[in-house]
Amino acid sequence: MGRVEDMQDPLIAAEVWLAEGRAVALATVVETWGSAPRPVGSHLVIDSEGNFFGSVSGGCVEGAVIEEASEVIASGQPRLLEFGVADETAWRVGLSCGGRIRVQLERIGE
Amino acid sequence: MRRDLLHALNRARVNRQAIATLSDERGETVRLIREGEQAEDVPGEVLARAFRSGKPSMVEVAGGALFLNVYLPPPRIVVIGAVHISQALAPMARLAGYDLTIIDPRTAFATEDRFEGVDLRPDWPEDVLKTFPLDAHTALAAVTHDPKIDDYPLSQALKAGCFYVGALGSRKTHARRVERLLAFGHSQSEIDRISAPIGLDIGAASPGEIAVAVLADIISAYRKRAIASPAGDAS
Repeated sequence: MGRVEDMQDPLIAAEVWLAEGRAVALATVVETWGSAPRPVGSHLVIDSEGNFFGSVSGGCVEGAVIEEASEVIASGQPRLLEFGVADETAWRVGLSCGGRIRVQLERIGE
Repeated sequence: MRRDLLHALNRARVNRQAIATLSDERGETVRLIREGEQAEDVPGEVLARAFRSGKPSMVEVAGGALFLNVYLPPPRIVVIGAVHISQALAPMARLAGYDLTIIDPRTAFATEDRFEGVDLRPDWPEDVLKTFPLDAHTALAAVTHDPKIDDYPLSQALKAGCFYVGALGSRKTHARRVERLLAFGHSQSEIDRISAPIGLDIGAASPGEIAVAVLADIISAYRKRAIASPAGDAS
């Protein structure tokens, strides 16, 4: 079981990054259907340079989330993203057996 | 999510307080809900279930669904007594996903040799618990048989609202313990929370079997626990 105190925790990492003056977005798995590699509640944090920490799928879906993150950081508007069987990247990451995930992506702001 | 919300969320988690977050329909985390608090949009039983199970969920409300995430501190077991039962309990607890700490001031018992890789504190509970406080997500098992060592942590466990409090000893031993705890100022109903004789009644005889009974008792208490009130949880 992960300890909150270490840096092995995306939410702690997000705070450390903010303290360093970096702009940060937070992605969270909010729903899964079928077999999904990461459980609901999993976090990924992304900064405006595209650095990231954590995981929402364990693979290629991260790339798409990171791309969207720069826009969310710029606009401050949250987004709900869905990846499913019809999605090519999701297919490759192993969500092919009927799996779908929904990810919320939001900026950490003042 | 506002930065101050993230800060408060992390602070609660580092302090081993159970906490939930609620997102709006757009995917923005807008609120923190502490264990025992009410939230106008979320039915009480949904919140209670989330805090008991540790499972996030979508909450149906008029006009959509809100995401309720929940963060529980990892459950842990504090064992008073570096005895044979503890030697068996330590690896079992790890396999079941519980952190475990053993406290025993008797340095002949509390040795690295006997407890390799275990968080072992060879000091009096009075000293250890000053910097390592018990809480609602902790189980306490007192197994030394020695009132000088067991009584203080048992009393602290009752005060801290540990989700499980167990004490080794025969019914006669326990009757005397109850007298002492009453003298400490604990009420009978508080003392009745103590599982004694310790462990599920499976007829356990050997130290290994008693460890199984104790761990099963702890798991049962954890999975079926009522949700603690926020009293005394102020950060």
